[in-house]
Amino acid sequence: MADNRTWKRPPFIKNPTLRWGIAIGGAIYLSIAMGTMDVNWSRVAAGLPRAERFIMSFFPPDFVSRAGDIADGIYESLWMTVVSTVIGIGLSIPVGLGAARNLSPRPVYLFSRGVLAISRTFPEIIIALFAVKIFSFGPFAGIIALSIGTIGFYGKLLAEDIEDMDPVQAEAVKATGSSWFQWLNYAVQPQVMPRMIGLAMYRFDINFRESAVVGIVGAGGIGATLLTSFDRYEFDSSAAILLIIIVIVMAVEYSSGFIRKWVQ
Amino acid sequence: MLRLDKLTKQYKTGDLALKDIVLEIPDGQVMALIGPSGAGKSTLIRCVNRLVEPTSGKISLNDLELTTLSQGQLRKARRRMGMIFQEYALVERLTVMENVLSGRLGYVGFWRSYFRKFPQSDIDEAFRLLERVGLDHMANKRADELSGGQRQRVGICRALIQNPELLLVDEPTASLDPKTSRQIMRLIRELCHERKLSAIINIHDVLLAQMFSERIVGLQLGEIVYDGPPDGMSPDVLTQIYGEEDWEATIEKVDDEDEAENVDVSASADAEPS
Repeated sequence: MADNRTWKRPPFIKNPTLRWGIAIGGAIYLSIAMGTMDVNWSRVAAGLPRAERFIMSFFPPDFVSRAGDIADGIYESLWMTVVSTVIGIGLSIPVGLGAARNLSPRPVYLFSRGVLAISRTFPEIIIALFAVKIFSFGPFAGIIALSIGTIGFYGKLLAEDIEDMDPVQAEAVKATGSSWFQWLNYAVQPQVMPRMIGLAMYRFDINFRESAVVGIVGAGGIGATLLTSFDRYEFDSSAAILLIIIVIVMAVEYSSGFIRKWVQ
Repeated sequence: MLRLDKLTKQYKTGDLALKDIVLEIPDGQVMALIGPSGAGKSTLIRCVNRLVEPTSGKISLNDLELTTLSQGQLRKARRRMGMIFQEYALVERLTVMENVLSGRLGYVGFWRSYFRKFPQSDIDEAFRLLERVGLDHMANKRADELSGGQRQRVGICRALIQNPELLLVDEPTASLDPKTSRQIMRLIRELCHERKLSAIINIHDVLLAQMFSERIVGLQLGEIVYDGPPDGMSPDVLTQIYGEEDWEATIEKVDDEDEAENVDVSASADAEPS
């Protein structure tokens, strides 16, 4: 009686009709979606040699002809990155504290979450479009866009890290009769600091890359230089700019790994 | 003197954790609070320093009514109550010294504490306490580098540097080995005697409670079912607190160990049932 009992892992969706319905429905939808894509194969074929010519025109990269413009663009991008990261993180600390459920009363929590949701809804490039319309062309618009993007990113992650902290350590500091700010400084800050330093480095890296993107809509930085070189068909200069961006991003990546290990 | 009068705590879930607790702890008394998990021991001591808000009833510490204090007054009152935690609850990324000095946060302003510029008298006292528990050479180690017993001793220093009138001790030995448990309990008792402190010690190890306290209060489902001297613990009393079980062995063991304990700690540690 006890022998010969079979066992199968219980299915994730218990109802068999629903389970198969979802699977078959999903397959049908996917095949229809593929069908609607409507690829024009003759145009793809015609495009391939053009793509080859286009890519070949990037080589060899030309660092020299536009060296002055490229240097200006990179410097501008770098200081835009530094300023917007500092401003963005500075502003995201109060928002992040407000958005941590274990720290803030309900109205403050909802308000802060609202701020984060709004700043996360719009990608940097959309905010940059608005900022360019409001403040006209130039790096100031880019800094505004990147700072707002940083608030959404950093504030949300800060709030979540605070919500995940060890409540007992926090309770112990509170029990000594500390004030709220002392409690933040002694119980919360040490717990979230290493991760937040790592994320600051990561955000620096994102802001540098984004500074190239927002430049395309006229918000300053290396993106503007890149767009100009494209417009002039100087693809060898474009290649030089792209390589420099890659090198800088890799340098930030490498140093952030090192710093993160060091602050643990 | 700490006085609880009809202290009741009902959680939002509807669970009644404490029911009309009436309890008086005279100055200098070390009291053990025993009972099964969920009996309300933790809730009781957290109601005293209002980490948990009591639902009704009164709590007074040397004639200061604690339940009606404003936030600012509560901060001042918390300075008078040192708390020692299960699992130590040190801030792990701070140094030993910072953890000890955090016991002075109620006494110094924000910027002083932010720049770690505590008054010299606090620093002196911190070193004195660390020396007393044998950890003064560890002052600049990070808290997470210490062993369990060492961490708990730092936790004790943090509570004592508040210069409290009362110690609230929550399962101080829950994650320690038998020998370290005895050392920690002995240390707490000695320090209470040295400083004429009263203490409530939550503990579910009946042996330790009997060895190191002057009075035992048994809590079951939020009500006091025993209040008396350590040697009044009988199988009947234990059954009343914890439920039906063969308690004879537990009680006999206590007598053996009580004698051994006076001679040498480490010897009795070996006798601990695993």
